[in-house]
Amino acid sequence: MSAVTVFGLCAAAAVGLGLYGLIANPQPLRKIIAFNLLGSGVFLLFGIVGRRGAAAGFGNDPVPQALVITGVVVAFSATALAIALLLRLFQIAGSTTLNSRAAASPRSDPSGH
Amino acid sequence: MLPPAPALVTTAGGFLLVLSIVVPVAGVLLAFALGERYVRQVASTVVPVGLAIAVAVLVLLPRSDGHLVYLLGAWPPPLGVALRADGLSAVMLATTAVVICAVAIFAATDFRPQSVEARAPFAFWILLLAIWGALNTIFVAGDLFTLYVALELLTFAAVPLVSLDGRAETLRAALRYLLFALLGSVLYLMGTALLYGIYGTLDIELLSHRVSADSGVLIAAALMTTGLLAKTALFPLHLWLPPAHAGAPAAASAILSALVVKGSFFILVRLWFDVMPGLPGLAAAQLLAALGTGAIVFGSVVALRQERLKLLIAYSTLAQIGYLFLMFPLAFGASGKLESDQALAGGLLQAVSHATAKAAMFMAVGSIYTGLGHDRITGLRGVARALPLSVLAFAVGGIALMGVQPSGASLAKELLLQDTARTGQWWWAVVLQAGGMFTTAYVVLVLSHAFAPSDQPITLIGPAPLSRDLAALALALCSLFLGLLPWDSYLPVPYDATSKLFGIDALSKLLLPVLGGAALAILLSPWPHPLGSSAAWKALMRVVGPLRRGCLGFGSLIERGDEVLRQWSAAGISLLLVSLLLAASMFAAN
Repeated sequence: MSAVTVFGLCAAAAVGLGLYGLIANPQPLRKIIAFNLLGSGVFLLFGIVGRRGAAAGFGNDPVPQALVITGVVVAFSATALAIALLLRLFQIAGSTTLNSRAAASPRSDPSGH
Repeated sequence: MLPPAPALVTTAGGFLLVLSIVVPVAGVLLAFALGERYVRQVASTVVPVGLAIAVAVLVLLPRSDGHLVYLLGAWPPPLGVALRADGLSAVMLATTAVVICAVAIFAATDFRPQSVEARAPFAFWILLLAIWGALNTIFVAGDLFTLYVALELLTFAAVPLVSLDGRAETLRAALRYLLFALLGSVLYLMGTALLYGIYGTLDIELLSHRVSADSGVLIAAALMTTGLLAKTALFPLHLWLPPAHAGAPAAASAILSALVVKGSFFILVRLWFDVMPGLPGLAAAQLLAALGTGAIVFGSVVALRQERLKLLIAYSTLAQIGYLFLMFPLAFGASGKLESDQALAGGLLQAVSHATAKAAMFMAVGSIYTGLGHDRITGLRGVARALPLSVLAFAVGGIALMGVQPSGASLAKELLLQDTARTGQWWWAVVLQAGGMFTTAYVVLVLSHAFAPSDQPITLIGPAPLSRDLAALALALCSLFLGLLPWDSYLPVPYDATSKLFGIDALSKLLLPVLGGAALAILLSPWPHPLGSSAAWKALMRVVGPLRRGCLGFGSLIERGDEVLRQWSAAGISLLLVSLLLAASMFAAN
């Protein structure tokens, strides 16, 4: 088994675990962590894609690395934004659940706003 | 459609594409640097400049063969990154500019510094410009990774708009929106990685020459499509949309509903029509349209059962998003490829007319909310006398949305109906007509409450500045007269399509949705009607009473189904199912 295959399987495992966590975990913080795991899997996939360019005689294909760096920055800002929202929600509501009645069924608030 | 020869040089006027991105972004940075005191001045400078750029693109595009290209740093793809604009981009750029202008005028009185919470106006103006920059990037981007970055920028600018007032409920809505949108964009990014791994380029035009029915490509296509559907909130992936759109301030809701969901829709159109027109196959397109039908039924029925006007419009957005996806199976030509033809023009026109009409309706509802202090449908009696201009703007927007001639929606419907006849897919004609009726139903429902006479005069609790209503009304009128514009230099609209709107059968095309819609409104709305005590209503109820009870039962069933589907785990499973079904149908087609 070549190194590329091993890393490919690792990427697949990270994507699978992240996807499961993002869908199945009820706590937002865990969802955020799962999103990061999922993202890491995708970045690893980009790394493998770059490594395969090495077969064509290059040392390494630089374009996927540039894409990954951009992707990491985007994922980092996404995490920061999500954490900021989560902290604010915790300060105001005292809990971080997403499935409160107010969120699940907006009709239950008779006063409207 | 493949352009004849890849144009790999910067065309004259290509710098306009750069300006369309740079100007709003420069506005954001400048507003940050100058601080809260000058944020409105910056916005009121950037907005007209941005509008002028969009107009310049519209003017220049037909003169340069319908394509504007700018190569960043003069490096041609695959080494460099190209910005491209075609007719679709120009139309969307112009729509965005017009809607943002109207919203900016509307919000000028709302988000004055020191009017509400100190930070909200500052944040609003910056986010408005950021959304504009992200959307323009989406419309002119020439490669899939730039599209990914623009899509993320759009989400990051849209999410804080949802929670602008900082209540716990809207923070929850924003967090749900962000997390689900991130799931969607990661799927899109994964597809991008696969495509790069197979072809070594992400440039749309180069990819369109290279793609073949490889298994990796089909998986990438299914993943990217699913991700974009989650961001567009197509049923059943709509868990985030109703609370997010209904909880935001009116000006923010208008932007979110009119423009933000169109961003990911536009990327999907690029992916299917430009990158891989031959790959998805008819079955996958039928699946998209079937989901769209689900969106129309669920969105409309639940909208008719809402008590709050803003939620009603949010659910109507859900239904209208479904309407946009009906074009996919109709765009298949005899060769089994997606053709950038009449159906695409119809779909895009629908997107444009929904953007203008829905923004106008959200702004009108915002005025009504500030005037009355609530937006309960049952409490709207007499509001037409108290706030005539707001109700007029809502009515004109609603009429444009339901497809009364000469609105953009009516032209779109005409084009799509012609294509159902051409391709022999009569079932989508049924859905198109039903969609029009449902739209009419909720517009008629609201108007019948608003125009009902009130016993006691309404006291307005908030100010009703004229400029707000005029902005909403202008946008609604825009949408109403969209069908008369000369589309053929930008979109593949047949020359005689506009004239067909006013044929002899125009009256029947008008009456069918109106009568059907009124019937649906009576049958499906559970709220007491303002004329409920009149003799005519009682006589009508004696005839249709049992039927109405049956329909209300059906409606509550749909509403409960919608609540189940909006649970996080149900939406996650739907997401996986949709991607599996898409992949399966794409594999079957190749």
